[in-house]
Amino acid sequence: MSDYLILRHRAIPGLERLPVYLEQQGFAAFKKAVTELQPAQVIQMVKDSGLRGRGGAGFPTGLKWSFLPNDLWPHYVVANADESEPGTFKDREIMESNPFQFLEGLMIAAYAVQARVAYIYIRGEYWHIAKWLDQKIAELERAGLLGENLFGTDYSLRLYTHLGAGAYICGEETALLESLEGKIGQPRLRPPFPATAGLYNRPTVVNNVETLANVPLIVLHGPAWYHNYGTDKSPGTKVFSLSGCVNRPGNYELPFGVTFRELIFEHGGGVPEGRTLKAVMTAGASSVLIPMDESVLDTPLDYESLNKFGGSLGSASVIVLDDSVNMAWLTYKTVNFFKHESCGKCTPCREGTYWMNRLAERIARGQGEAREVELLYQVARQMQGKCLCALGEFSTLAVVSSIDRFRTDFEAVVTKEPVYG
Amino acid sequence: MNTLRAKYADEIQAILAKYPPEHKRSAVMPLLYLAQREAGYVTAQAMAEIAEILDISITDVASVVGFYSLYYDQPHGRYHIQVCTDLPCALRGAEDFLKALCQALGIEVGQVTPDGLFTVEEVKCIGACHRAPVFQVQGDGEIVFHENQTVETALAVIEALRQKARQEKEGTA
Repeated sequence: MSDYLILRHRAIPGLERLPVYLEQQGFAAFKKAVTELQPAQVIQMVKDSGLRGRGGAGFPTGLKWSFLPNDLWPHYVVANADESEPGTFKDREIMESNPFQFLEGLMIAAYAVQARVAYIYIRGEYWHIAKWLDQKIAELERAGLLGENLFGTDYSLRLYTHLGAGAYICGEETALLESLEGKIGQPRLRPPFPATAGLYNRPTVVNNVETLANVPLIVLHGPAWYHNYGTDKSPGTKVFSLSGCVNRPGNYELPFGVTFRELIFEHGGGVPEGRTLKAVMTAGASSVLIPMDESVLDTPLDYESLNKFGGSLGSASVIVLDDSVNMAWLTYKTVNFFKHESCGKCTPCREGTYWMNRLAERIARGQGEAREVELLYQVARQMQGKCLCALGEFSTLAVVSSIDRFRTDFEAVVTKEPVYG
Repeated sequence: MNTLRAKYADEIQAILAKYPPEHKRSAVMPLLYLAQREAGYVTAQAMAEIAEILDISITDVASVVGFYSLYYDQPHGRYHIQVCTDLPCALRGAEDFLKALCQALGIEVGQVTPDGLFTVEEVKCIGACHRAPVFQVQGDGEIVFHENQTVETALAVIEALRQKARQEKEGTA
């Protein structure tokens, strides 16, 4: 077996076609689950594997599945394919090139919680992928792998795609469910969590595409095998989306625990034109800025090790920043994104992102005074801990960390030439 | 008379079949895409017809149109040229690309080309950060990605669409 668990299409040509996927033991795990395993056994396997959610939060997947109450029906499973974090393009490659492994994972998840219907919520910009998955689903129905009384059992399952329409907030799972219910995508107050009151107020599992793509291999080869990859607390591999100031941007599937140095220099080919690495964002725009030096470069990338920088791995969207990047400009780019994507439901985020954007724009254009940098910092700090969902909190991370860690970049632009426009 | 329902009965039925009958409101987004494909934007009449199909208020439909950025309630150019200038793309020259593209077309961001065919828009992340500069073309009910672009390749894409529109016009004339 190659080192790929998720991007296996890179080693196996034609894996996006059903006959090829079937040759590679495709749907053996789903058949095994439905015909040989009780739902609780499937959940236990995923728990034992240590699989953690790949969408950003890193929550244990098996545990999430086990929260659904068995006295309230129907249950639903929703695949979160609303990949919208700036710097993230991994789920797209999985769905485009290894679609059946993702679909099989979704189908096993559905069996594990005894859902008869599962939805795939795909961002609107991935219109072509929704069409593509519709074709794949139709193929599975024709092959008898989806539909009524699967493998002669009483288990039946249907999959449907649902296309979003350009709203980052719908990657937040409760906003996603609102959107799927035909409403504007604003997050719900939690609790209750989707596990008890999700889609149509029924118990619901929401899992990221990459998370689900791990599941068939875990069921097929067993949880112990899965622990051969990655670290003790973060088993398995991760698809890192590498972008920004790097010679070879792209997706890299590597075991958890790989270092910044390996990812950026060995795989990504280092920063262009002999410039110097300045900082890295690990969770797309929703990141603190981690200043880079020789010692930081050896930090392992897993769910725990970035805590010491106040950061998190998130969806592992690694944006590389070199010494040509002014962090006041970067701050404006990130808050402008969050201002555009704020759903407007809670005041701290709606107003906070608006004012951060105005201030950061003035500063980046060289029209800001030094005291406005302090004001920007204060607005961000005021927002922290007060927003309804993570979007508001995320919008402050680059602001606070860039002013804390790269203050000279701000001092340079409040007194000198504009860096923007 | 509900013209959407009359014209697309089968397609609407297939959309509604995805969702529990008591939750047919879920079909509002796919129905809006259907209506937008028909007219190039979502007309007030289409909103009313969708509301009728789903037994919800026109306000409910209009709020969805207003919230999501891929729906339009006004006519624009037939094709939306959507250039991503978010952080990772900007680090690969997307802002300069957008500026140069607009200059070549002789319009500002958000404006429509004189032939009424193209609106150039600056958009947020579209999930192609490693292949910037990148834009997508939204129009004719489709969204098509164009990656690793230069101004020259982008203009070629635009010219091909222009040819297509011209041929259609001649075909119907």
